[in-house]
Amino acid sequence: MPSTRRRLLAASALFGLAIPATARTLKEALPWSPNEAYPPERVVPGPWVFFTAGEAATVEAIADRVIPADELGPGGKEAGCAVFIDRQLAGPYGTSAWLYMRPPFARGTPSQGLQDEDPPAVQYRKGLGALTSYCTGRYGGRRFEALTPQQQDEVLTAMEKGEAKDPGADLRGFFEQLLNNMTEGFFADPIYGGNKDMCGWRLLGFPGTRYDYREVIAAPNQKYTLPPVALTGRPEWMR
Amino acid sequence: MRRLPAKDVVVIGLGWTGSIMALELCRAGLDVVAIERGPWRDTPTDFPPNVAPDELRNSIRQDIFLRPAQETLTFRNSLEQTALPIRRFGSFLLGNGVGGSGVHWNGQTWRFLPTDFRARSHLIERYGEGFLPPDNTIQDWPMSYEEMEPYYDRFEYVCGISGKAGNLKGERQEGGNPFEGARQRDYPTPPMRQGQAPGMFAKAAAELGFHPFPCPSANMSQAYTNPYGMRLAPCTYCGFCERFGCGNYSKSSPQSCVLPALIRHPGFEGRTDCQVTKINLTPDRKRATGVTYVDLQGQEWEQPAELVLVCAYGLFNTRLLLLSGIGQPYDPVRNEGVVGRNYAYQITTGVNGFFDNVEMNLWAGAGAHGMIIDDFNGDNFDHAPHGFVGGAYLAGYATNARPITARPTPPGTPRWGAQWKKVTAESYNRTANVGTHGSVMSYRGSYLDLDPTYKDQFGLPLMRLTFDFHENELKMSRYCTDRAVEIARAMGAKSMQVGYRQGPYSVVPYQTTHNTGGTVMGNDPKTSVVNRYTQSWDVPNVFVSGASLFPQNAGYNPTGTVGALAYWAVEAIRDRYLKNPGRLVDA
Ligand SMILES: Cc1cc2nc3c(=O)[nH]c(=O)nc-3n(C[C@H](O)[C@H](O)[C@H](O)COP(=O)(O)OP(=O)(O)OC[C@H]3O[C@@H](n4cnc5c(N)ncnc54)[C@H](O)[C@@H]3O)c2cc1C
Repeated sequence: MPSTRRRLLAASALFGLAIPATARTLKEALPWSPNEAYPPERVVPGPWVFFTAGEAATVEAIADRVIPADELGPGGKEAGCAVFIDRQLAGPYGTSAWLYMRPPFARGTPSQGLQDEDPPAVQYRKGLGALTSYCTGRYGGRRFEALTPQQQDEVLTAMEKGEAKDPGADLRGFFEQLLNNMTEGFFADPIYGGNKDMCGWRLLGFPGTRYDYREVIAAPNQKYTLPPVALTGRPEWMR
Repeated sequence: MRRLPAKDVVVIGLGWTGSIMALELCRAGLDVVAIERGPWRDTPTDFPPNVAPDELRNSIRQDIFLRPAQETLTFRNSLEQTALPIRRFGSFLLGNGVGGSGVHWNGQTWRFLPTDFRARSHLIERYGEGFLPPDNTIQDWPMSYEEMEPYYDRFEYVCGISGKAGNLKGERQEGGNPFEGARQRDYPTPPMRQGQAPGMFAKAAAELGFHPFPCPSANMSQAYTNPYGMRLAPCTYCGFCERFGCGNYSKSSPQSCVLPALIRHPGFEGRTDCQVTKINLTPDRKRATGVTYVDLQGQEWEQPAELVLVCAYGLFNTRLLLLSGIGQPYDPVRNEGVVGRNYAYQITTGVNGFFDNVEMNLWAGAGAHGMIIDDFNGDNFDHAPHGFVGGAYLAGYATNARPITARPTPPGTPRWGAQWKKVTAESYNRTANVGTHGSVMSYRGSYLDLDPTYKDQFGLPLMRLTFDFHENELKMSRYCTDRAVEIARAMGAKSMQVGYRQGPYSVVPYQTTHNTGGTVMGNDPKTSVVNRYTQSWDVPNVFVSGASLFPQNAGYNPTGTVGALAYWAVEAIRDRYLKNPGRLVDA
């Protein structure tokens, strides 16, 4: 039952389950079973999977400062950036399941890349804790999400510059992690929970997964006018 | 360990070279088994059009690539440092599973220059020995461009490459690359259609007196049927090419060009999700008896065979030879030994130009879609005034503008907030890139060996990469990047973001998956692992394929040459080795 096996593998890839599989032999016919394919699981809005309510409120507030809502379109919160990050942290990304995580861990040079023992899920837990302690210590007991937008920008700028310090985590590194994941969520296919109604793609004018642009190449320098399409289709197609 | 019935040939790895060599040897009447470390992958199941164009999954989380948890390398810039594991791949992304890196390559399909094959002799003849960079270990290839030409032709016709010849049997052809070596016939399919940005690049380059031509492309300009009867469809410029499988059968790959013929061949058997851990040798170490591999359950198997083809991608070819004790490992301190020697890479840079009043539409593109100039590659220009060797091609590619990765903004733009959002929206469709893709010479301190500390899932040592960019390459790259800036300016860019490559080499940002050397071929067993037919000097029933054979890296993507070498080697196996199994070249 190759198709079932691969489906399980796909599921294990997405959810980080450890499912044993068997090696396969290729002989005389191309392996084929009807309708076999491995689409990603679609993220549906709903309760937080990884974040606590407090953490989610902080991340949503950050999302709206990193990508503010304005006349150009929705901000990071409405786009679902926090939902995106929540689901990513709950999967193999969150646990670094696909990465080489064997010891010994040592601090390397920047050119040696990631050497952190903490996978992203742990970094978020520690980073959000440190951010809360930094904010409450500095702004009279108020958490990040309770600050004014101006104060929030002040905090994020201090993190970016490495001026915000807290014993709980490297807030500068955490800022980079946040920025990365926010923009991933804003611009990844909506199937992963962010980029709601393809708002990120509309902002850019990226037409998505239409998969055939021969006409665009044939007629250069024209504004593309068709609306974007995602792996999940278009909002208009859904009821 | 369970022992399996013997086969004529065992092929390690079922990517580009493994599938080609397996098919050719099946057709020669041999019983062939291929062992592949990753899963089976095919177009309709693994990358149909409604699944493939997923930037997060394939490009960012690297679902389609080798996972470091399965196998990785350690890395350091120099001998004095302690190597640490590459825990997440960045600088290069490696193939895993049937099709290998051929599944998710771009398809920029080049031939090396005739002078690249005589790198050392040519440079000394033209500039004198003192002109070569300090500590270099540059050496000539063991064959000439003219000898390789029929095999380049063969691979290009199997792929259906779209392009325009610049030199047909010595005659210059308008619109092609005037610097290329002579070809016996034109490309199998005409060049791709170029859009806005490549068109602007070509116009500007021509105005500056350079010689633009379309990139030789494995993305089909029209439908094509290859010599194995495989049919490819026209490319739709979907913009999801490099790092993605092609859902249209439009990108030449093992899947679209070779595997259906191979798997249906009665002489073939493939085993997937099985990782070869060792090439087994007789006690006198003069003959290979087959391979050992481990399946997903952790069961160990011995597959005996008369002939072992190492087709595991350059880096893993080298690791397998090191793990198996074939050939003397290279020692950079004593400058002795051969396996792991002459590791080289590619040096790349990019200039982002920001324009007004234009719709670049760069999201419409393909992996090898773009215009090129070769005026500054190899030895196509006089190096005497510059004090470096080697060169780069300059490219106006339209390979993609996928939104997570490709959102450059002019210098000075904040990285987040309202202003970032505004400028990002304004710049996205008004940016074009001029890239440089340069050669890297081989040096004494750039090499591969086994790591003393870090192990893989089977407890075997990871391979250790010691590499940095040398002054010669940084100088060359700067010179070529300055030419790219000139072109971007001539294209009308109102501002630019210029990314000069600076040392030290880092494994973090993606550069290219063009790792070369480690099992270098040559005419002298003191400075090569395999002979001119890619046959191990030490164990003559072992042949090695891939870019690990390159003595140093030229300014081109490797796979045109890697494919040609596979056809060259398999012909030598079929027509020479099988008739008289033993050393094809006397040491
Ligand atoms: C993102 C990307 C873009 C690229 N773009 C270009 C381009 O535009 N132009 C170009 O010329 N080249 C390009 N390349 C490089 C090109 O893909 C390779 O040169 C080519 O695929 C090499 O062929 P190969 O047979 O040596 O290795 P692969 O095609 O990689 O095949 C090797 C196979 O061996 C298997 N293997 C490894 N170790 C073992 C083991 N121990 N046991 C069993 N199996 C094993 C691997 O899983 C893999 O399937 C690109 C590569 C990447 C990753």
